[in-house]
Amino acid sequence: MRTVAIVNYGMSNVDSVARAVEECGGHPVVTSAAAELERAAAIILPGVGAYPDAMRNLRARGLEDVLREQVVERRIPFLGICLGMQMLATVGWEVEETRGLGWVPGEVRRLPAVPGVRIPHIGWNEVEITRETPLLTGIESGVDFYFVHSYHFVCHDSTHEVARTPYCGGFTSAITKENIFGTQFHPEKSQKRGFQLLRNFLAA
Amino acid sequence: MLKTRIMPTLLFKDLGLVKGIGFDSWRRVGSVMQAVKVYNLREVDELVFVDISATRDGRTPDLETVDTIADECFMPLTVGGGVRTIEDFRNLLRVGADKVAVNTAAVLNPSLIAEAARTFGEQCVVVSIDARRRPGGGHEVFTHAGTQPTGLDVVDFAREVERRGAGEILLTSIERDGTMSGYDLELVSSVSAAVGIGVIASGGAGRYHHMAEAILRGRASAVAAAAIFHYTEQTPLEAKRHLKERGIPVRL
Repeated sequence: MRTVAIVNYGMSNVDSVARAVEECGGHPVVTSAAAELERAAAIILPGVGAYPDAMRNLRARGLEDVLREQVVERRIPFLGICLGMQMLATVGWEVEETRGLGWVPGEVRRLPAVPGVRIPHIGWNEVEITRETPLLTGIESGVDFYFVHSYHFVCHDSTHEVARTPYCGGFTSAITKENIFGTQFHPEKSQKRGFQLLRNFLAA
Repeated sequence: MLKTRIMPTLLFKDLGLVKGIGFDSWRRVGSVMQAVKVYNLREVDELVFVDISATRDGRTPDLETVDTIADECFMPLTVGGGVRTIEDFRNLLRVGADKVAVNTAAVLNPSLIAEAARTFGEQCVVVSIDARRRPGGGHEVFTHAGTQPTGLDVVDFAREVERRGAGEILLTSIERDGTMSGYDLELVSSVSAAVGIGVIASGGAGRYHHMAEAILRGRASAVAAAAIFHYTEQTPLEAKRHLKERGIPVRL
């Protein structure tokens, strides 16, 4: 059974992600300890929260360097969920300008205002696959996943986008860059398809 | 297209799942976990879980119970009841809530809304508004599980909580709650028209067409319902089939 470190930086729904990983056959370890991250076969960065606080908390726990070592240098599989995906960007614009992890070139912006379209984007919406990725193997393009967010990831290199969602004119809802995966939606709350995605990640 | 959600609501009080009629009489309808497991199996869109006696009893949210429920709940979960502080938000999110609902505290300490939105993002801040009709027209906000009048106008208050950073409004009609006589469409449409955030209609669903009306006429972005699922043979899945026939986008 693969040990999956779920990064706990005081911000998020770590328990839901851990339970989902367990249900999908992984061995979750919720942690903020560098040693545990070094031992993990894969890492998940969940996230519910505002961008500046999330980056601050991650840095205050001294986790940025060990994560970079594991993910960027040692290239172990990494999945960022919701805010965890947004944190991969170069910069975030929620509340104030905040430097992100910068592993996937891009920025995080508020969903554009469109008359009659409600923000935050909350609920089930289509995920349309734009590029093949191991993360979405066996998942039909256009099925619904659960979203709850007001900000979205804007890729600077469009080859990193693997799925889009038609809301507020359309936005990137999943990214892949080598061993680094990100989803704006919540696979841990998206029932069958979400579990399929997590199993794909555990097999990556 | 974003799907319209049907959200079963579980109210609990002193750890027994109950369903209220007009907010003041309670009946046990089985254990919380059984209900959660059934909804899980049926892959419902989202669950609302509210501890309605927490504020009355001066308790903080029962984290242990929420944790136990959330562990079996592989679907989106909104949790409310007794939420007063940023720490309550943090704790509920940590044990598995995706969104946190505030009701009494949103009136008594409205700065909590902005603080929570700044810390955790507006998307997880649900303001739950319990409303009662005013004799002269319009609706008034009530707190403490619908028992305390506030003098606040519902539409004004809805605009204010949006301005402060609420991400969604859970709007309950006190008179219609548990009656299964249909949502208060005037209430739902007045609030939906006043704000740019989503409005979840609650209180009064008894037939599938009530839900369709709340969405088509009330412009609700989601409908919450309890009695219809606890006391009748009607199910969230059948409800969604009905909505689909009426041209409403749903997840089937």
